[in-house]
Amino acid sequence: MSADSTTPDVILCPGGPMLLRGDHVVADDEGVEHRTDRPLSAVCRCGKSATKPWCDGTHKVIPEKLRP
Amino acid sequence: MAVLPKPRGPLSEALISALLRGGDARPVEVGPGDAEDAALSLWILYELSYRGYDGIDDRLEFDPELVRVRRTLEDDLEQRLRERWPGCPAYEPEQGFAAAFFAMIEADDGPSLARFVQRKASVEQAVELLKHRSLYHLKESDPVALTLPRLPAAPRAALAELQYDEYGGGRPERLHAHLFAEGMAAMGLDATEGGYVDEAPLEVLEQNNAMSLFGLNRRLRGASVGHLAAFEATSSLPCRKMAQGLERLGLPPEIQAYYLEHVEADAVHEQVAVRMICEPLIAAEPDTEDDIWLGAWSCLDLEARIARRLLEQWGAA
Repeated sequence: MSADSTTPDVILCPGGPMLLRGDHVVADDEGVEHRTDRPLSAVCRCGKSATKPWCDGTHKVIPEKLRP
Repeated sequence: MAVLPKPRGPLSEALISALLRGGDARPVEVGPGDAEDAALSLWILYELSYRGYDGIDDRLEFDPELVRVRRTLEDDLEQRLRERWPGCPAYEPEQGFAAAFFAMIEADDGPSLARFVQRKASVEQAVELLKHRSLYHLKESDPVALTLPRLPAAPRAALAELQYDEYGGGRPERLHAHLFAEGMAAMGLDATEGGYVDEAPLEVLEQNNAMSLFGLNRRLRGASVGHLAAFEATSSLPCRKMAQGLERLGLPPEIQAYYLEHVEADAVHEQVAVRMICEPLIAAEPDTEDDIWLGAWSCLDLEARIARRLLEQWGAA
């Protein structure tokens, strides 16, 4: 990525969360809505976070083949 | 503002006298009595570059004699950190820096204070740990903030975005250092910066000094962001354990809240630090890569030294 290219606002981290830049409302898998409250948010992709829909780092302790 | 500590040897005593005396510092003719005296001396001088000391002349930050002493002490610290470091891990270019970095973090099997607090620590032990942590948490993110203007565009923008969150996103009440101060106050502890420095063992002083060393020296910008990345990447899960331990002990919700905030915040920050700060810094300035690994490894090692020291002291090693 060069500094003058357009910077993505949604970034998929290999094996980890999806980073989301800006103010968004995220519906979790039960349809409950959660508003972002920081400049960048990490949305859980492994399904094991205890703070869903947000990432809490749990992907690092599950087997590699189960990671996103 | 910090409070001046009690001296722990001839050098820290001479420096405290020089600060209290004010004006141009006279030649400091004594050396450190031991490693603790050296570490405290360096901590005292570094504190002049943050918010200083009440009643002490701010011009002393760049007093030539005090800068000379600081330089000697920080050269010793840097040499020690480099001697401990086993060197860059070997990784294939196709694996990529980020995957290699997270693999190093995963392979780290150092002792965990968070796990001990989660399951076994007494209130007294948890309080002792929080006092030691206060040295850094009350100026959280400040050392790496000094690195910001020294970075090329892409990592500079990413570090600013990370720090905007650390510093509360424009809301002082959400500043991480402030959250920790609120937690300390709720526990009836002193939230003055450096308020517990007199109780800090060598390992805690060294951990704090290493961050200031990396942050204040432009040439060590790689080590500064490498340290940041390792710190963030070892934070989310341990912070949950800390919060669980503090809840188990019935300690105030304010101090639990500090750790809970870091579960989510640092799950973001670790990705930003590794993928959006370190990786683009290597792309722009390949010579910084070795120091990025040095900073990261030192972060893990310095924390392991504190953990071993405290767990041994508590008979839990």
